[in-house]
Amino acid sequence: MTAVVAGAPSRLEPVRRFGRQFATIPGGVAGLVILVAVTALALASPLFIHSSDLSVVNASGPSLSPPSWRYWLGTDQPGRSVLLLVIWGARPSLAIGVIATLCTVCIGAVIGLLAGHLGGLSGRALMAVTDWFIALPQLPLAIALAAVLGQGDASITIAIAVTSWTTTARIVRAQTLAVEARPFVERAHALGAGHRQVVLRHVLPNVAPLILVSSTLTVASAILSETTLAFLGLGNPTDVSWGAMLNQAVGQGAVTRGAWWYLLPPGVAILLVVLGFTLCGRAIEAVLNPRAVR
Amino acid sequence: MTSDTAVYLARKIGGAVVSFAVLLVIGFVIFSLIPANPLETLTRGRAVSAAQLAFLRQELGLNQPVLERFWSFAWNTLHGNLGYSWQFQTPVATLIGQRLWPTLLLTGSAMIVSLIAGLWLGVRSGWRPGSPLDRVATGVSLTFWSVPTFWLGLILLSLLAVGVGPVPALFPAGGMSTPGTPGGLAPSHILDVARHLVLPCLTLSLVIFAQYVTIMRSSVIDELGSPYLLTARAKGLRDAQVRRDHAVPNALLPTVTVIFLQLGGLVTGAITVETVFSWPGLGYLTYQALQIPDLPLLEGTFIVFSASVIVMNTLADIVYRYLDPRVRRQ
Repeated sequence: MTAVVAGAPSRLEPVRRFGRQFATIPGGVAGLVILVAVTALALASPLFIHSSDLSVVNASGPSLSPPSWRYWLGTDQPGRSVLLLVIWGARPSLAIGVIATLCTVCIGAVIGLLAGHLGGLSGRALMAVTDWFIALPQLPLAIALAAVLGQGDASITIAIAVTSWTTTARIVRAQTLAVEARPFVERAHALGAGHRQVVLRHVLPNVAPLILVSSTLTVASAILSETTLAFLGLGNPTDVSWGAMLNQAVGQGAVTRGAWWYLLPPGVAILLVVLGFTLCGRAIEAVLNPRAVR
Repeated sequence: MTSDTAVYLARKIGGAVVSFAVLLVIGFVIFSLIPANPLETLTRGRAVSAAQLAFLRQELGLNQPVLERFWSFAWNTLHGNLGYSWQFQTPVATLIGQRLWPTLLLTGSAMIVSLIAGLWLGVRSGWRPGSPLDRVATGVSLTFWSVPTFWLGLILLSLLAVGVGPVPALFPAGGMSTPGTPGGLAPSHILDVARHLVLPCLTLSLVIFAQYVTIMRSSVIDELGSPYLLTARAKGLRDAQVRRDHAVPNALLPTVTVIFLQLGGLVTGAITVETVFSWPGLGYLTYQALQIPDLPLLEGTFIVFSASVIVMNTLADIVYRYLDPRVRRQ
């Protein structure tokens, strides 16, 4: 048994090759390092941050004071440590970004696959809907949805998913059309494969890498949308997220009082994470599809 | 006007009309069907009798069938009757009319600034990919793309309008003009508005500028290997002439399409920037409506924003036909 496996190329070989090529792109490695560090910090944060550190009522520090030895990034108005808030803020921002992206990619992939596979009138109708959604301005639609659904993480997630699936749908459709034109799909048809068999066993595996690339880039824009919606006051009011922090900073007069230590950290954190996802996405794209990136 | 052009125009305008109809349906679904109980939102925090509730239900037409409600909604919207704002106690259409000009001023000026700067830098960096200028331009635009617009605004605001450390307050912190000054077309008023415009315009420009650099850069790079550039060089034209007269006009075509497609992004930017700088435009109005939430007002701004994007996209299709001879011939 082992002898047979050793003779055949390992199933992991493509993954290893991908890893080696990815490692040669400095931007991608930098992005991956940022993401791993932020994710690790976010996952580990319950170990050293207690709910009392985040509570407005129990805060013990000085009000809106600049960075000091005790509070490395200063404090907000009720006296909470900005450093701890920023670390904790990674949790909702990343979670909503990733969940919204999963929804986005699922909707986009299903519509793209269907539009590409079915073709004809139904395919054209699906693409017409997609085109229409692309032209629609995203934020007003997201604001309208989130406002009607009420404050909270769920409505922000739904609003982001409903407004951003179009790019994935277009990419997936184009790739589906390209794959379906290849001879092996025709062979599968000739051997009696049904729609389900063709789409799931033959088309999907060939479209999946592109879905991966597109979802990495989608996380970046989903996190940006999440922070924007939270900043506008649509998030869960008791949550500590980066957008909500900036909303509170403005509400507490951090701008007029020159409290740069309260304004800078959440924005820099957003910038780093979005940059991390964008750099990673570009590097994956460069490895999987060298012609698309220049 | 040939019959060809007429058919093209009719198709594009027909498409826009269909888009607008779909927009009406979506607006109706979001604002009239999803809210489970609009009366509850409307009367929150107040004691209301059953008779008053019944009156309100009658007034809002909530006891009519859905289709009938949709037709009356569509009819009213088409006649510019967008309902009554709960918060301002004013017709939504009047409010939108008042706030339209500040938004046009802000987005228009930001668009001009970022187009000129973005296209110039995009052409320069795309012409020599990998050069120091290109690396700086790509890095800067990637960074600005990753920054949330509202945060950039907050930072500029606290840096240049409030003043941090040795930096004095250079610009006003919000609004569109200093309260108490004479309005109208007096030179002092125009200067005052211009001073208030600098920071919001700068913020909005920086973000969309980054997109324009990226698009223009990749379009120029797409043209680099083309044979017609080789021909132009073989004729003995100087490098700058080849770039300006041959490469740029061709690279502009895809750029124009993408710029018009991203007008929705401009609307998004306007909402956040106006919120940060209390610029009294449609974006700030949306933010104010959101705080209640004032659903008729939100619905009005949603429809105006989306309709303006539909109109601009249709205009883009029409302009594109004159720019690109290949589309004209089809």
